[in-house]
Amino acid sequence: MSDLKQELKEKIIEQLNLEDITADEIADNDPLFGDGLGLDSIDALELIVMLDKDYGIKLADPKEGRKIFESIDSMAAYISAHKA
Amino acid sequence: MKKEVFINSVGSVSVQKTFDNSGFLDEVVNYEGTSVKAVDPNYKEYIPPAAARRMAKGIKMSAVSSQNAMIEAGLENVDAIIVGTGLGCLGDSEKFVRDLLDNDEQYLTPTRFIQSSHNTVAGSIALDMGCKGYNFTYVHANISFESSLWDAKLQLANEEAETILVGAVDEVVDHHIKTHQFIDHIKKEPVAMENVLRSGTKGIVFGEGSHFFVLSNQKQESTYSKLVDLGVYNTLPTTEVSETISDFLKRNDLSTKDLDGVILGNNGDVEHDSIYNDLGTSLFKEIPQFVYKHLSRRV
Repeated sequence: MSDLKQELKEKIIEQLNLEDITADEIADNDPLFGDGLGLDSIDALELIVMLDKDYGIKLADPKEGRKIFESIDSMAAYISAHKA
Repeated sequence: MKKEVFINSVGSVSVQKTFDNSGFLDEVVNYEGTSVKAVDPNYKEYIPPAAARRMAKGIKMSAVSSQNAMIEAGLENVDAIIVGTGLGCLGDSEKFVRDLLDNDEQYLTPTRFIQSSHNTVAGSIALDMGCKGYNFTYVHANISFESSLWDAKLQLANEEAETILVGAVDEVVDHHIKTHQFIDHIKKEPVAMENVLRSGTKGIVFGEGSHFFVLSNQKQESTYSKLVDLGVYNTLPTTEVSETISDFLKRNDLSTKDLDGVILGNNGDVEHDSIYNDLGTSLFKEIPQFVYKHLSRRV
């Protein structure tokens, strides 16, 4: 699970072009949106595509994203449970 | 009575260190290659990190040059924004198309698509300053900036606007360089800066940059010059260039004897420089000539 979390941090930094942030600076329970990393709705779309492309997980209901993308912890847990 | 038009400020990001508007260059950046990237300013001083991470190079360069032009003109907003570009934000267009191909038209994300249109720069500047006025982008390989100038001059002369931000931008993108080397638009072999104008080979050394100017029908302290007249000739035969320039000067009650100098567009392409070289040895023989492809220097 810790490997997956590290992988997710690196992917998020690369995909979302977070130039000034390193994986070490993202805590597993940091909020990804709002006060945490400050991601926005366009980033949410990028993350949905990332789930599909890299982990084979399609989000049938985009509203699910709100809980799944809360933090690295929640993303890793969801991917582990649903990975194709 | 048409109003006069003035150039009230300049902002520039180029292959030289021009972005700080400090006057003439203290140092010259040398280069050797078939394409040259701009000297990057510290973009963080101009663009919030959260916004910068989605910006293509052309938008970043333009954020800096447009902000510097606005600061020098002492303005926070303008009546219109007009941009000329040959390629637009081609880098993101290439990435978007590459993603289409690599992923078999699946998994397309919005970011690169948003930034890939030609009018992204003009739109981004307008959003940043809250300009709800005329916003237009001219796209053409050769006369996009000239068209932008024309548009601005007409609007200002006719008092349809009082201040207009006019600019030009293009970025260097690897795939574009490779494809245009095939058809001799861009040089195949690297050339050192000092040899560009006498390379004797086809094509140019491709460069990138962004330049913005505030044009106004009001003269002010920061005014550089008056924009008196413009001429754009799309289909002019090379045999008529000299006569056309003379006619252009004549309609402004001038001749070459009245000129302190002329800036020519020599770019080191053996197929096109002959036009400028012929003018330099005939019509402009008696006046100082300047070229800018490598640097501005007297020839």
